[in-house]
Amino acid sequence: MTGFLLRRLGGAVLVLLALTVVLYAVFYVAPGDVAQIACGPRCSPAQVAQVTEQLRLDDPVYVQYAHFLQGIVAGRDFSTGTGAEHCAMPCLGVSYQSDQQVTQLILAKLPVTGSLVIGAFAGWLVLGVGTGVLSAWRRGRLTERVLTWLTLAGSATPVFVIGLLLIILFCSTLQWLPAPSYVPFTEDPEQWAWGLLLPWTSLALIESAKYARLTRSAMLETLAEDHVRTFRAYGVGERAVIGRHALRGAVAPVIALSALDFGTMFGGAVLTESLFGIPGIGRELVHAVKVVDLPVVVGMVLVTGFFVVLANAVADLLYALADRRVALS
Amino acid sequence: MTSHEPLTGPAGATGSGTSSSGAAGSADPLVEVTDLTVDFGEVRAVDRLSFTLEPGGALGVVGESGSGKSAAAYALLGLHRGTGARVGGSVLVAGTDVNAADERGLRALRGARAAMVFQDPLSSLDPYYPVGDQIAEVYRVHRPVNRRAARARAVEVLDRVGIPDAARRSRLRPHEFSGGMRQRALIAMALACEPRLLVADEPTTALDVTVQAQILDLLHDLRHETGMGLLLVTHDVGVAAESVDDVLVMRRGAEVERGPVARVLGAPREPYTKELLAAVPRLEVRRTASVSAVEGAPLVPAVEDAAPLIEAVDLRRAFGRGSGRVAAVDGVSLTVRAGETLGIVGESGSGKTTLGRMLVRLLDPTSGRLRYRGREIGALPERELRPFRRELQMVFQDPVASLNPRRSVGESVADPLRAAGERDEGRIRDRVGALLERVGLEPAHFERYPHEFSGGQRQRVGIARALAAEPKLIVCDEPVSALDVTTQAQVVALLAELQRELGIGLVFIAHDLAVVRQVSDRVAVMRRGVLVEQGEADAVYEDPRDPYTRQLLAAVPALDPGLAAARRAARRELARA
Repeated sequence: MTGFLLRRLGGAVLVLLALTVVLYAVFYVAPGDVAQIACGPRCSPAQVAQVTEQLRLDDPVYVQYAHFLQGIVAGRDFSTGTGAEHCAMPCLGVSYQSDQQVTQLILAKLPVTGSLVIGAFAGWLVLGVGTGVLSAWRRGRLTERVLTWLTLAGSATPVFVIGLLLIILFCSTLQWLPAPSYVPFTEDPEQWAWGLLLPWTSLALIESAKYARLTRSAMLETLAEDHVRTFRAYGVGERAVIGRHALRGAVAPVIALSALDFGTMFGGAVLTESLFGIPGIGRELVHAVKVVDLPVVVGMVLVTGFFVVLANAVADLLYALADRRVALS
Repeated sequence: MTSHEPLTGPAGATGSGTSSSGAAGSADPLVEVTDLTVDFGEVRAVDRLSFTLEPGGALGVVGESGSGKSAAAYALLGLHRGTGARVGGSVLVAGTDVNAADERGLRALRGARAAMVFQDPLSSLDPYYPVGDQIAEVYRVHRPVNRRAARARAVEVLDRVGIPDAARRSRLRPHEFSGGMRQRALIAMALACEPRLLVADEPTTALDVTVQAQILDLLHDLRHETGMGLLLVTHDVGVAAESVDDVLVMRRGAEVERGPVARVLGAPREPYTKELLAAVPRLEVRRTASVSAVEGAPLVPAVEDAAPLIEAVDLRRAFGRGSGRVAAVDGVSLTVRAGETLGIVGESGSGKTTLGRMLVRLLDPTSGRLRYRGREIGALPERELRPFRRELQMVFQDPVASLNPRRSVGESVADPLRAAGERDEGRIRDRVGALLERVGLEPAHFERYPHEFSGGQRQRVGIARALAAEPKLIVCDEPVSALDVTTQAQVVALLAELQRELGIGLVFIAHDLAVVRQVSDRVAVMRRGVLVEQGEADAVYEDPRDPYTRQLLAAVPALDPGLAAARRAARRELARA
């Protein structure tokens, strides 16, 4: 088990390393005046020269990359005209347009997007897996058909439609909820939860449709397996057969998909964040792309990649814990 | 300790039981099936079947695939519920009217008073939980005990079925058990609640012959110790002969013949039973008497004069690397002459398939020499090997998987012809037609697809494909193990006939010792990658030198119950030695 874990983590680190190489190549070795692009259109030639020096753009590519990597694993110093500015350990560079370190910028947004993703994630897992199990159990009956239609509708509806409908219904018509807004958890946990309730719900509704379909088909497969037949033939009740024996075999694909979704959601919940006015990473990324803030874009893509890789490593670990045979192969 | 006496027959005439609701064991039969029918859609799997089983009795239900024997066994526990199958007639098991009982009544029967042992022990246990927990779970469904007591009971029954170090092993998961241990664990699960009836559906079909013997011996002992009734479903008449008092032969869902096992197997009354028994390969029957004599001409001397067709010297093949490296074939030397059949027998994992594939160079040997008609081909590169490919052919085990389902069988048979450079469509059609005819099919079958054929016919197609290239040597890897006995006999006869006619060399690989004896001039016994014994078939079977060969032969189920008892005693003897 330990060997499996170490191998898996080693693999994750390698993937991240490869990601930094690709990102660096795409954004910094691209044709065009990188310093001018990074600095922004309103920069003076002197400022551009300073950026060139800071990013070591006159050095060979591998030296530039080495400094970039050094910033991430150990931190680095940037010379400003007057002195040196230290950029601490996971240093993703400096945004010249907002005059802020990229790491600080992302760290400020991380709790916001984290709040949104974790809540929605819990919601869609419970909702999706529950629906999937129910429709596999009630196969061929009315319950299953209704659930199938609902999940189909769910996966076909864009988040801004569901989100808007929820806002109109609960905030305007019924006036049960205040207009969605983000209040940090540390300030007021209750307001935090109320403000995020609608974004959570809409994201969970959309995503759960996919999980319901996946869980349903995986459940139908395991329900047809021999060992499920064994426990039925020994008088074990249907509830235990489904909950203990069939579901256990069906969770593997659910874990795999959750890992991917959980990771990408950190950089990709753009629509939800925009619709509900949540100042998270997604919105920041859209802004950075719009104004071509190169260091911020690179940093955010890297962070998203980090979460995807991390979530996948965790998924593999859960896999191995759920099924001991995985760690053996 | 419970009584050692088998509870066969009614315990005296205590008046006719008017009601079957009495839970206590009375003179009522343990199982009473009347006019049972099972329909899957349009197909009638079981057709008006009736039989009874007395408490403590043992009934074998024997039939070929599709005879409805498993469907009948499933009906005893009401396992057709919720599957879409329609069940008719009445089934009374240990006082429960199975077809009329509600879910609760059925659950109280299942596992507690009647328990089932399934065919494939690996897939029949949940891979995610320790074996002991699974048994404990079943025990707690039926007995009001706490977790610890249930675990203790699980260890107790695992110990009873002969799992060594049961307390520790009960914490292992099924994949950490061997095939035989898994089947023991399933039997332990069945024993947990001391059922009055054990239904075993092909309990040994997935097992090697020596393990099969152990499991059958275990069932035999348990029955005599606990006095439970046994309903054994099997396609293997020998397995039934070893284990039951009465036998019921089924065909197309209906009963053919029923009676005491010695009478049915010794003096069958129905033509189908006779046909079935005649088809069962027998360990005791010499091949020379049955096959070669028909032809008249003594082939053996001629074969001995012939130069070796293929000659393997110290052939090895290893898989994996580092510490995981395993030698599947570990130094095998053998020869096959033209017109001769070499049988290779061995249990699963013995390396016989790897050896067979190396003989036709489907696998490259790791080391050793392989000579074909005096020419070294063991290390020949693919390009130089090409002229020999045509002459070295193979027939595979699974006739379903080894034919492309998307191409007509004619195209499959034509493949070797096209590969040999034949381009004339007319000639290809003629030749394929002749080949299909030769193996007992029709030339018009060219356009048909594999799914339109039965298993035996598909294997005939596979043989036609091997013959198409006019080979000198054919390696058959378990060519009949997926077939029913009657089909098996026909395919074996076809192979023997083709070999005599064409004078080819044949290597016949199988796990079934009786089948191998039917076809082989010489026999090689394989174990863990080496040949433990090699010689004339009659010598190996009648005077085995190697202890492993003796063990294998003693494990083969005998058709005659008397002989079966003798073999059981011999096995005990060998186990003690």
